[in-house]
Amino acid sequence: MANALTTLNEKAGAMIMAPVRLLAMAFDPPLRVWQKWTGQNGMAAFFLAPNLAVFGIFVLFPLFINFAYSMTGGAALFLEDRVYVGADQYQRLFTCASYLDPKGCAEDLFWTAVWNTGLFVVLQVALMTIVALITALVLNRDLRARSFWRAVFFFPVLLSPVVVGLIWRWILQRQGLLNYGMIEMGFEPISWLAERNWAFTAAILVSVWAHVGFYALILLAGLQAIPRDLYEAAEMDGTRPARMFWRITLPLLAPNLLVVLVLTLIRAVQIFDEVYVLTGGGPGTSTLFITQYIYEVGFASLLRNPGLASAASILMGGVLVVLTLIQLGIARRNEMRSGKG
Amino acid sequence: MSSVWQFLTRRRSGKAFDWTDAFTWFWLIGGVIMMFGPAVWLVNSSFKTPAALAEFPPSILPYVTAQAVVAGQDKPLDLYEVTDEAGNVRVLAEIRRIGIVSQMVDPAKPEEIIKVPIDKRKPKRSVSFSFDNYVKPFLAFDFFLYLRNSVFVTVMATVITLITNSMAAFALSKYNFTGRSFVMLLIIATLMVPLSVILVPLYSVISAMGLFNSLWGVILPTVATPTGVFMLRQYMLTIPDELLDAARMDKASEWQIYWRIILPLTAPALAVLAIFSVVWRWNDFLWPLIVLSRKEYYTLQVGLNVYAGELNVEWHYILAMTVVTMIPVVIVFIFLQKFITAGIAGTGLK
Repeated sequence: MANALTTLNEKAGAMIMAPVRLLAMAFDPPLRVWQKWTGQNGMAAFFLAPNLAVFGIFVLFPLFINFAYSMTGGAALFLEDRVYVGADQYQRLFTCASYLDPKGCAEDLFWTAVWNTGLFVVLQVALMTIVALITALVLNRDLRARSFWRAVFFFPVLLSPVVVGLIWRWILQRQGLLNYGMIEMGFEPISWLAERNWAFTAAILVSVWAHVGFYALILLAGLQAIPRDLYEAAEMDGTRPARMFWRITLPLLAPNLLVVLVLTLIRAVQIFDEVYVLTGGGPGTSTLFITQYIYEVGFASLLRNPGLASAASILMGGVLVVLTLIQLGIARRNEMRSGKG
Repeated sequence: MSSVWQFLTRRRSGKAFDWTDAFTWFWLIGGVIMMFGPAVWLVNSSFKTPAALAEFPPSILPYVTAQAVVAGQDKPLDLYEVTDEAGNVRVLAEIRRIGIVSQMVDPAKPEEIIKVPIDKRKPKRSVSFSFDNYVKPFLAFDFFLYLRNSVFVTVMATVITLITNSMAAFALSKYNFTGRSFVMLLIIATLMVPLSVILVPLYSVISAMGLFNSLWGVILPTVATPTGVFMLRQYMLTIPDELLDAARMDKASEWQIYWRIILPLTAPALAVLAIFSVVWRWNDFLWPLIVLSRKEYYTLQVGLNVYAGELNVEWHYILAMTVVTMIPVVIVFIFLQKFITAGIAGTGLK
């Protein structure tokens, strides 16, 4: 039966592949002519061209004109219709009586979003790393059906942010499952998504729920790379388990922990979609984060100001560049270390 | 205290059950409830009628209240089981409720109105799955269109991603040319530029190309994934150059080498990238939200968000469509989970 299925599968595959193969064969003669003209190594340009074209048009070019956008004003879409205003947009973002109090700023929403994002990043990254570490340690024990348990924690990672947001909106609503459980256990029901602090807490918890499996997986890979004989040697020396954790597990896991820390940081700074679907940035502005601010100022609000959105996105980009450079630095150091070891 | 950290370290099996085992089981079982529970609750709720969804406390299974058409009443009435003083149970239909008294009739004798205190009546209900929630959005709303758009975007973007990324990876791994390290650097640099940083200018580029409100406007900016190029290049570096040289001796063109040697040998890495690309593109939200402003072009994610953002959220439809949106990803998860976890552990891809 299994054999029959495989052959069927192969036959179906062959049927789909046949026209593709024909197409590829049709490409060959003109490309041979081209190759004669450019030489063997010159064909590299041909292979690179499609990817670089897409990169150039949809990533690099926008990146460069983003700086130009941030120095123009008005609501016009195309750069040539826009008015040059110099550093006005940046000045507007940074005009503040006190940076600690968004209410005194010209762009109060921007600073609200900055502070919200800052607090979110600190709390979410800490919680994410701790939960991911505990999960990885639990999964690294001698478990039966480990791949099943691993899959359990990984499951939400694949869900779309919209699905994640809607699932939790349904559970956290006033008459939702969670409040029902709270009443059953003798607590007062809470308007999770209608009270500022609870909505912020929900945003953190939901984003941890959605992504923790991914980071646990990275940490688990790190744990499994620690040689077992280290523990056996320590055990023979009568080392206490607590000491083993602090002296063996944690130091050897440190590179992976750093990777996880920086990756969560980079993603937390850009948090948008699941929170947007969950709370819409509300109640009020309590879960308004930077990316949503950029989106609203650039596209959604009536007082559209693409220049301002550009300026804000460049500031966020600066933070991300620094974080990514740190990440690449760590990755390189890890590689060199494992290369030596 | 010596056992406090035991669960944090490897233990040989055969030791006595201690609190670390208890904690492990607590975490695993709690994990199953926390991770699967919400999704199960979603699927379960999606089969309930609007009336059942509005109930609080919520019932576990989807119930439907039985109804009966009673002569003299324009609408079908809800049926209740009423216990009278003698302890007999009768099935009555409720006409209206006034305070704590309910006016009811016996469907067999529609002239006679019976007054019943509401605590003496219980709705006559039966378990019933409401498939209407699934059928109606496809027939009455545009969800079929959204589904088609989502499938189109996902398939096209994945195919183009695989072709362009594998070609670029081939050039970067198997040729020596001036500027190779510059190109690599360029690609690394784009890792630092997530979409949210270039929203405004990218939108203007898309508009200038006439791709606003077009599915291609969603597809094209996503296909040059730097992670994809990286992963494939890493994999292709392990293919021995001698293989290519031998093919060249046999007069194979460079295109044939790419097509008939490199691609088949890179199949495992291509499969991983394909799986990731499908999940990425299926789940994309922010960029389609910006590019697609007309209903007929919405993808499932955007359509769902729009319906869920309306003033009167029709939860029975939203929940069912959320389940539909979840299905492909769940299928990928069930059948291809092994590849994904291996891919993440190996490359940190997401």
